[in-house]
Amino acid sequence: MKHNIFLQDNRLLDSSEIRTPLSEDTIVVKGLRKSFKKLTVLEGVDFSVRRGTVMALLGPNGAGKTTTIRILSTLLLPDGGQALINGFDVVKEADKVRSVIGLTGQNAALDEYLTGEENLRMIGRLYRLSYPDIKQRSRELLELFDLVEASGRTVKTYSGGMRRRLDLAVSLIASPPVIFLDEPTTGLDPRSRLIMWDIIEQLVAAGTTILLTTQDMDEADRLADRIVVIDGGKIIAEGNSDELKQRIGSERLEITIAKTSSLEAARKAIGEEDDDDVHFDLKRRTFSLAARGGVSQLKQVLSRLEEASVAVENVSFHSPTLDDVFLTFTGHAATKQPSEEAEKFGEMVQ
Amino acid sequence: MSKSTSFIANVKPEKHSRLYWVLSDSWVLARRSVKHITRNLDQLLAVGLFPIMFFLLFRYVFGGAIATGDVSYVNFLVAGILVQMLAFGANYTTLNLAIDLQRGIVDRFRSLPMASPTLLVGHVWADLVRNSMSWMIVLGVSFLVGFQPIAGPVEWLLVFGLALLFSLAISWLSAIMGLIVKSMEAAQWTGFIVIFPLTFVSSAFVPTDTMPAELRVFAENQPLTHVIQAMRAWLVGTPIGNSDWLAFAWCVGIIVVAIPIATWLFRRQALR
Repeated sequence: MKHNIFLQDNRLLDSSEIRTPLSEDTIVVKGLRKSFKKLTVLEGVDFSVRRGTVMALLGPNGAGKTTTIRILSTLLLPDGGQALINGFDVVKEADKVRSVIGLTGQNAALDEYLTGEENLRMIGRLYRLSYPDIKQRSRELLELFDLVEASGRTVKTYSGGMRRRLDLAVSLIASPPVIFLDEPTTGLDPRSRLIMWDIIEQLVAAGTTILLTTQDMDEADRLADRIVVIDGGKIIAEGNSDELKQRIGSERLEITIAKTSSLEAARKAIGEEDDDDVHFDLKRRTFSLAARGGVSQLKQVLSRLEEASVAVENVSFHSPTLDDVFLTFTGHAATKQPSEEAEKFGEMVQ
Repeated sequence: MSKSTSFIANVKPEKHSRLYWVLSDSWVLARRSVKHITRNLDQLLAVGLFPIMFFLLFRYVFGGAIATGDVSYVNFLVAGILVQMLAFGANYTTLNLAIDLQRGIVDRFRSLPMASPTLLVGHVWADLVRNSMSWMIVLGVSFLVGFQPIAGPVEWLLVFGLALLFSLAISWLSAIMGLIVKSMEAAQWTGFIVIFPLTFVSSAFVPTDTMPAELRVFAENQPLTHVIQAMRAWLVGTPIGNSDWLAFAWCVGIIVVAIPIATWLFRRQALR
């Protein structure tokens, strides 16, 4: 199996090199490092985002996703390395960076006591827009985000989905060419999530460059042109979702055993067959392994399990998901809600 | 969702001088904070009721037992209660700043091409408006319970001028506290820890003569006492001593020192 899709380049380019239009990269990050006291959060992160594309930073809680976004949006100083937005250095030219970015953080950055429209207008003016522009943009955005009716109410009365929409609308008031979205759909109901996804897709279609963070495989799969998998402050894989999935084999064989008590026996039996890259999900009592040998592999595995007298409940083939990608590269599962896990399982059995 | 083109519009920032934008940002954030006053009913109630309660408490419960010489107690009390009210009112800057810092909105401000320390100006300005409202309420009540000032127009102007200046000074100190405290709970009690001793160990409610020597030295030389003495002198004609110019000097001094410190703290916090 090929284990290096991309070449990690840890050299620091000097700024004159980056300023030249050698690339279409809107965001360039080189060797970014950050620690808080003794805790190292970023250990030399490199990536770049092409103009007009979406890059997803995918990783579990504490992987360094939010820290990366905070450094890129000038809220935090890095300890080392360099980051350029539209060619501007986030440390030395923070003011210029600020005029080309929009930030939607994990917590809705809205004023609770102002109305939706007042929030938009306030931020519009702080972005230095003229009053006529502010007026027109606020109306447009309220309409686009389906917030016209709520525009005169204070944000305190808004639902979670409405807040998130308003938050994104506020980030868009000055039409910044670069948008950072820190977990844009965490905590949203499925309908609000689809609306957010739709908006993000439209933004990209209109030429915006987006860097988003997510713990959600489906989200990265659906939205991102490129995915950077980050864990423990390091990039552990990078590519588009197809490339990442290819790295763990074209298909996966999943075997669900009937009883948790036969787990050890099953692990032994399957482990002998194919010891690299076997994942086990305790909740679902399911082993998953790369399907390489087709029917003969299936036969072999099943007979081994029979020899070990492990009762098998279900067998299926499925295309690798980003969950598998995650397991393969990090050795642990991405954070997921148990209920979601169960839902997925339900879908798979069918 | 309708057509995608409207998500992105061709809008350009206006071009003005740096000073213009600092003033503009201050104005935008001041308007924000002032709107909070009317939309946050709990705070509004506290602003109106707290000083009245204190006033009536001292006027009728403690007042009879406190000897103030030639001046009636209600005449003695008004300057003290007005200054105490300004000092407590400034705690809203600490509190509201701590609230802003805990929620995401300060991150938003800091990611904008604005002069983000003007957020402090917004809160201080709202204090000024809030304090002016409470002042009017308390002055109104004071006339109802027998306050008889002898101040002429010049004295009244001096009283109001000093009140505004003192409010500014103490609000900037509160801004510093708001930037230092780690939680909203701490923001609430800093008011009591700092403001209570300052207002009670002063000539706000009692003449300082009866205090123990050490306390008296502090009480007679701390800034609040000078502000109170000056106002009392202008309002009801008690002896003023050096308090008039000392009061102004203290206030200006505090403002001149506190603004750069608060701005520095705000910027430093931004990058941690």
